[in-house]
Amino acid sequence: MPDELLHLPVIQRILSQHQGTQGALLPILHALQEAIGFIPDAAVADIARALNLSLAEVRGVISFYHDFRTSPPARHTLRLCRAESCQSRGSEALAAQLREQLALDDHGTSADGAISLRPVYCLGACACSPALELDGQVHARLTPERLRSLVNDCLEDTAC
Amino acid sequence: MLKLFIPCDSVARAVGADQVAEALQREADRRQLPLDIQRTSARGLYWLEPLVECETTEGRQGYGPVTAEDAPSLLDALTGQPGGHSLALGPVEAIPYLNTQQRLLFARAGVTRPLSLEDYRAHGGFKGLESAVALGGAEVVAAVLDSGLRGRGGAAFPAGIKWRTVRDAGAGQKYVVCNADEGDSGTFADRMLMEGDPFLLIEGMIIAGLAVGADKGYIYVRSEYPDAIRVLDQAFAIVRDAGYLGTDVAGSGLAFDLEVRVGAGAYICGEETALLESIEGKRGIVRAKPPLPALQGLFGLPTLVHNVLTLASVPTILAKGAAFYRDFGMGRSLGTMPFQLAGNIRHGGLVERAFGLTLRELVETYGGGTASGRPLKAAQVGGPLGAWVPPSHFDTPLDYEAFAAMGAMLGHGGVVVADDTLNMANMARFALQFCAEESCGKCTPCRIGSTRGMEVVDRLIATRDFSERHDQALLLRDLCDTLQYGSLCAMGGMTAYPVASALKYFPADFGLTTTEAAQ
Repeated sequence: MPDELLHLPVIQRILSQHQGTQGALLPILHALQEAIGFIPDAAVADIARALNLSLAEVRGVISFYHDFRTSPPARHTLRLCRAESCQSRGSEALAAQLREQLALDDHGTSADGAISLRPVYCLGACACSPALELDGQVHARLTPERLRSLVNDCLEDTAC
Repeated sequence: MLKLFIPCDSVARAVGADQVAEALQREADRRQLPLDIQRTSARGLYWLEPLVECETTEGRQGYGPVTAEDAPSLLDALTGQPGGHSLALGPVEAIPYLNTQQRLLFARAGVTRPLSLEDYRAHGGFKGLESAVALGGAEVVAAVLDSGLRGRGGAAFPAGIKWRTVRDAGAGQKYVVCNADEGDSGTFADRMLMEGDPFLLIEGMIIAGLAVGADKGYIYVRSEYPDAIRVLDQAFAIVRDAGYLGTDVAGSGLAFDLEVRVGAGAYICGEETALLESIEGKRGIVRAKPPLPALQGLFGLPTLVHNVLTLASVPTILAKGAAFYRDFGMGRSLGTMPFQLAGNIRHGGLVERAFGLTLRELVETYGGGTASGRPLKAAQVGGPLGAWVPPSHFDTPLDYEAFAAMGAMLGHGGVVVADDTLNMANMARFALQFCAEESCGKCTPCRIGSTRGMEVVDRLIATRDFSERHDQALLLRDLCDTLQYGSLCAMGGMTAYPVASALKYFPADFGLTTTEAAQ
């Protein structure tokens, strides 16, 4: 994957920033994902070498945690809370509305790369359920109309 | 000058606090009205958010829930146009929901600016640390033991015993770890505290570090709380500049420093040993105990692991004395607990009270019943691994032992309320599905039992045959026993609670008659 070579300077910079950090693997993976948008496969060997770990150990950690992505994200990520508090305020109906409006499953990404759906289990907004997080911003006391308009805004926004 | 207070809490912002602040500022500029807006922490009266408070000679007057469109009329009311305002709440501290609380941990909630050291000091900040430095480590540990403080994360283990164990674990490198991986649905007290009063948690951790002989602390925060992570990082820098972190903490001659570690979406990392693995840079796989983390914890070294609320309780204990703290509560549940009202509830928010009030008082008096107005069906107490409690059991006092006696647990104090439209068989299935998704996979009951459990619930709901239904219900109860007694940690062990309680109290949702359920 020649494109991934472009990321090598970023990978090296992040690895050197974390030299001497104890238990540095999660901070490194977070920093990589923050800088690049995902964890490129090309980074795995370098991380393993820098931390004196096996490739399997690094891959094992990447796959264990829900947050880490190994491919570029969609332009927008919508994480609807599916935990008990939001369920008691109708989040399952909102999830069904999302699936129908976007013709995607709960973990789906639209074909044009506009939006990705991810379930999340609790955003700490339980006193104002139901809630979702869209591109890092939490929206609470969600209504079906508000959800539809947030999704429409994502679909119309093709600029970024 | 007109002085307003608007929360910068992430959930207040999620319902429009930023837009309200901007609209008020814009409108004031248009009127050339001098206006000072201070962004404070949240009171925890979330149904009133966005809550705008105005400073007056008779204390702060509240207005809420305010929308950006209300800005002109609100400024009219605040600048003395007659008629008051339809959103006026009167003096905020006279609101019954708030003035009947016993706020020790959340004494500053809604009052101070989260990152103002000046505000923190003006409201009793660092008094506990001063007292701890004067007392010395052994006396501090004795005070924590004497206060009766128990771990607020859910297990309710006596905190002082952990402190003594770590302190007595010999010299050398030790750690203090704060578990801020608040993943339970229905809980948000840790989030509120970290976003709203970060210095309190920091002060508690410094006291802990000095007392047990640790010079390094980690706060492990879930990635779903980006605001808390940002606030803590900023708070560290402020506190370090003021001499409370570094090589000579508050003139004690001892060193202590702090670092935030960010989780990555794994619920199991709220389990203390999985959390330690995660800080070490590994998969969040649960460790067998013993060895106890107090003796062989982070990187194999003695580690004091506590929830946010446990550590944040310590400054008050040191500032006001163990006896003061112990006077709150009942039986062996001493001090105060911030209960969190969530789900289908009219007045969702944070209620800090001494242990011992009843669940009914919490849900009905404070919560005001369901938000939908429909009949109340059940409340899940203690997060996704807590039991569903039917209204017939709502007179149980909120006390660790009383809840344990009825096969439930207080956990982290979260209460999720549901009305009669929520199907409990679906919730039992969800609990097992959640366990299957979030299990670390180390022990068999949790890894395999969760998936088998979903299948059993599916068969139980689907069948029309009496004897088949009976068999499946029996199998599900059996599986709950295996999960409860055979799992390595609380993840599998307590997944049995929501499942068994749903089956016991709401058999009709599983298609069972009451007689079948009783068998």
